[in-house]
Amino acid sequence: MDKRDAFRHNVLTSGHRACSGCGEAMAARMVTDLIGPDAIYINATGCLQVFTTHNQQTAWQAPWIHSVFANAAAVAAGVEAAMRARGKEMPVVVQAGDGGTFDIGLQCLSGMIERGHDVLFVCYDNEAYMNTGVQRSSSTPHGVRTTTSPPGRLSQGKHHLKKDVISIIAAHHLPYAATATIAYFPDLKAKVEKALGIKGPRFLHVLSPCPLGWAHDSALSVTVSRLAVETGLFPLLELEHGDLTGVMRLAEQKPVQEYLRLQGRFKHLFNTKQGMEEVRHLQALADAHIRHYGLLEADTEWDTRRAMHSARHGRGGYAQVTVSAPREVKNGG
Amino acid sequence: MRKLLEGSHAVAEAVRLCRPQVVAAYPITPQTHIIERLAQQVADGELAAEFISAESEFGAASLVLGAVAAGAQAFTATASQGLLLMTEVLYNIAGMRLPVVMVCANRALGAPINIFCDHQDSMALRDAGWIQIYVESNQEAVDSLIQAYRLAETCELPVMICMDGFLLTHTFEPVTLPTQSAVDEYLPAFRFSRTLDPARPMTLGGGSEADNYQEYRVAQQEAMENAETVIEAFDAEFSEQFGRSYGGLLQGYRLDGAQTVLLGLGSLMGTVRDVVDTLRDEGEAVGALRLRCFRPFPAQSLVQSLSTAQRIIVLEKAFSVGAGGMVAAEVRAALQQAGIMTPVESVIGGLGGRDLTADVIQAIFQGTTTEPFRVGRFAPDPVEEGGVGHG
Ligand SMILES: Cc1ncc(C[n+]2csc(CCOP(=O)(O)OP(=O)(O)O)c2C)c(N)n1
Ligand code: SF4
Repeated sequence: MDKRDAFRHNVLTSGHRACSGCGEAMAARMVTDLIGPDAIYINATGCLQVFTTHNQQTAWQAPWIHSVFANAAAVAAGVEAAMRARGKEMPVVVQAGDGGTFDIGLQCLSGMIERGHDVLFVCYDNEAYMNTGVQRSSSTPHGVRTTTSPPGRLSQGKHHLKKDVISIIAAHHLPYAATATIAYFPDLKAKVEKALGIKGPRFLHVLSPCPLGWAHDSALSVTVSRLAVETGLFPLLELEHGDLTGVMRLAEQKPVQEYLRLQGRFKHLFNTKQGMEEVRHLQALADAHIRHYGLLEADTEWDTRRAMHSARHGRGGYAQVTVSAPREVKNGG
Repeated sequence: MRKLLEGSHAVAEAVRLCRPQVVAAYPITPQTHIIERLAQQVADGELAAEFISAESEFGAASLVLGAVAAGAQAFTATASQGLLLMTEVLYNIAGMRLPVVMVCANRALGAPINIFCDHQDSMALRDAGWIQIYVESNQEAVDSLIQAYRLAETCELPVMICMDGFLLTHTFEPVTLPTQSAVDEYLPAFRFSRTLDPARPMTLGGGSEADNYQEYRVAQQEAMENAETVIEAFDAEFSEQFGRSYGGLLQGYRLDGAQTVLLGLGSLMGTVRDVVDTLRDEGEAVGALRLRCFRPFPAQSLVQSLSTAQRIIVLEKAFSVGAGGMVAAEVRAALQQAGIMTPVESVIGGLGGRDLTADVIQAIFQGTTTEPFRVGRFAPDPVEEGGVGHG
C-alpha cells in the first residue's frame, strides 16, 4: 500500500465538523470504510452532509454528491441507471438521516426500491431533525422532548409513536434489509458485507445516537446505542424478501429506564405522573418488540453478549433463526 | 426524411436520434405522448436507454440529475404541476451546472386545474438557471432539441425546450427528421467534466457560505450571457448543416420600417405573422418579433430589433399576479437601459388554452378589445399616457 492508498483508505476522513461523540459520524465512518472508495455516495441533506462538506471543503475521499433533502434515493437511482447504461459496476450508496428516510425522503425511497435499483440505502437514525436544531421527526419515539415536541403543561413531549419504517421497507419485499447500530461493530460489518454481496435494492437502518439532541454525555454514545438494543427498543433484525431471517438475541433484557435515564430528552418524563405513564408505554413497546421478534428465545448463538466480543462467521455470518414469519407474528402483535 | 407526425412523436424521434442513455419521467397531460413513445422505442429496441418510470416528477428530475452527474446523457419531460413539483431539483441541477435537457409541454397551472396551453408553468421557472427556448413549430422542436444537447454540454447549463401543449404536442405537422448519421456527426459523445468517478473522486453539491456563494451565481450569469453567442452560432451552424434556421435568440418578421411591433412567444407567432400580413396589406407599418430564447434574455439583440419601433405590443400567455407580464417588464427594462422610452403595451391572453385568433390580435392592434386583458395602469391609448412606457 503506497502513501496515496493510505490517504485514500478512509472514505470519510478526519477533520470534519461533527459534534464530539456523534453517533452518525461513527456510523458513517464504519459503513463507508467497509464499502470503500470505489463506490458512489449520494447524501441527503442533514448533519452528515453539513459536517462533511463545510464551505467548499470536503471530508470525502470517494465520489460523493448531495442534491436536496428529499431526493437522495432518486438521485442514486439515476446514478445507478447511468452505471448500467455505461456498463460500469460499483456500489451506489445513499446516506440519509431519519428525516431523509422516514419523512421527506420516503416517496423517492419507495420508488427506488419498487423499481429494483441496485442501490444500498443507509439510514443513520438519530431520531430527530438534528441539523436544523432537534425537531421531531416521525422516527422520534413518543415522549421525547424536541424543540417541536416540547413538554409543557399539556404535553409530555412527542405524542406519536416512532414510525415502524423497517416494516414499511420490508413490505416492498426487497432482497435485503437490516437494522444495526454502532455498539456492535462485528454485527454492523457482517450486515454491510452481506448487503454488498447482494444485487438490487438494500436497506440498512443504523441507530446513531446524537449527544446533542438526545442530551447524553458525548462519551456514552456507544453505551446508549447498546442499551437501545438490550432494552428491546431497537431490535437488530435482518429481513430478506420481506421475511424476517435473523435477529440478535438479547442475552438479558434491560429495563427501558436504564436507557432513558442516560438521556436528557426523556428527563421530563420522570417528573410527573403522566410522564411515568409514557415511560410505561415505552416499556410496553420494548416488550412488544421482544415478543414480536422473539428477541429472548431466538434460536441463535448470536446474542448481545457475544456480539460485543466476536466477529460473526460465514458470508454475512448471521446465525439463522427460526421465528415465525412477520406477517403471522403481526396478527398477534 | 419528411413525415407527418404528431408533435410529441416528432420530439420523441428527435430524442431517440440524440441517443440519451437514461430517460426518466412521470406522466402528465400534455407531455404523455412524448414519454409513451420513448417507452415504446425502448421496448422495441430502437432506443438503447434505461427508461425509468419515476414515482413523481420530483423523482424524475432527481433521476436525470443523478444520471448526468454519473456521466450519462439523459432526458426528461413534463408540464404544469409536474414542472412545479420539480422546482427544487431544477434549481439544484442548474446550481450544479449539470447539462440536463428537458421538454416542457406548456400547460396552465391550477387552481382551477386546466390541462390546456399557456406559459405560466415554464415562466414560473424563469429564474431557475435553465436556458429556455420557446419553439413555434414541431420542426423547430425537433431541431432545437438536437441543438439543446450540444448547447447544454458546451455551456454546462441545463436546457428547457418549451413547446405549447396540445397546440404543438398534439398537432400533426410534416416534419423533417435528420438521419441518424447526420445527428451523430452533429452531436459528439456525451462528456461532463465533473462526472462522479472513483478514479477522480469529487464532491458535488457540498456547502458554501457568504465568502463564495455569490461567485457561483455570478458564474451562472456569465455562462448565461455567454450562451447568447453560443445559441446564435449553433443556429447558424445548424442552418448550414441541416438547412433550417430559427433566428437563434429572436426571429423577426417584416420589421423593415415597422412602426408597430407585435412581440410574443411560441406557436402564437404563426397567427401573428398572418395578422401582420393583413395589416401590411391595409397599409399599416406593422412587424412581428418572436422571442425564441427567454433565458438568457437577449436584451441587446432585442433593443437592436426594436430601436426604431414607435409602438410595441407584448402578447403573453403568463403574468405575475399582482404585477403584470414578465416579458413586457423585461422588454421595457432592456429598452430603458438603452435609453429608449418607446411605450410597451402588455397584453395578457390565451390563458388556460383560450384561443388568440387573428381577429383578436388585430383588435389588440386597433385597441378595440379588452379581451385579452391588460395589466397595469394603462390608458387605452398609450401615447396619451405620455409615452413613458410605464404600466
Ligand atoms: C425541502 C427542505 N426542507 C427543509 C430543509 C431543512 N433541513 C435541512 S436538514 C433537515 C433535517 C435533517 O434531519 P435528518 O434527515 O433526520 O438528518 P440529521 O440532520 O438528523 O442527521 C432539515 C429539516 C431542507 N434543507 N430542505
Ligand atoms: S447534532 Fe447530533 S447528529 Fe448532528 S453532528 Fe452533532 S451529534 Fe452528530
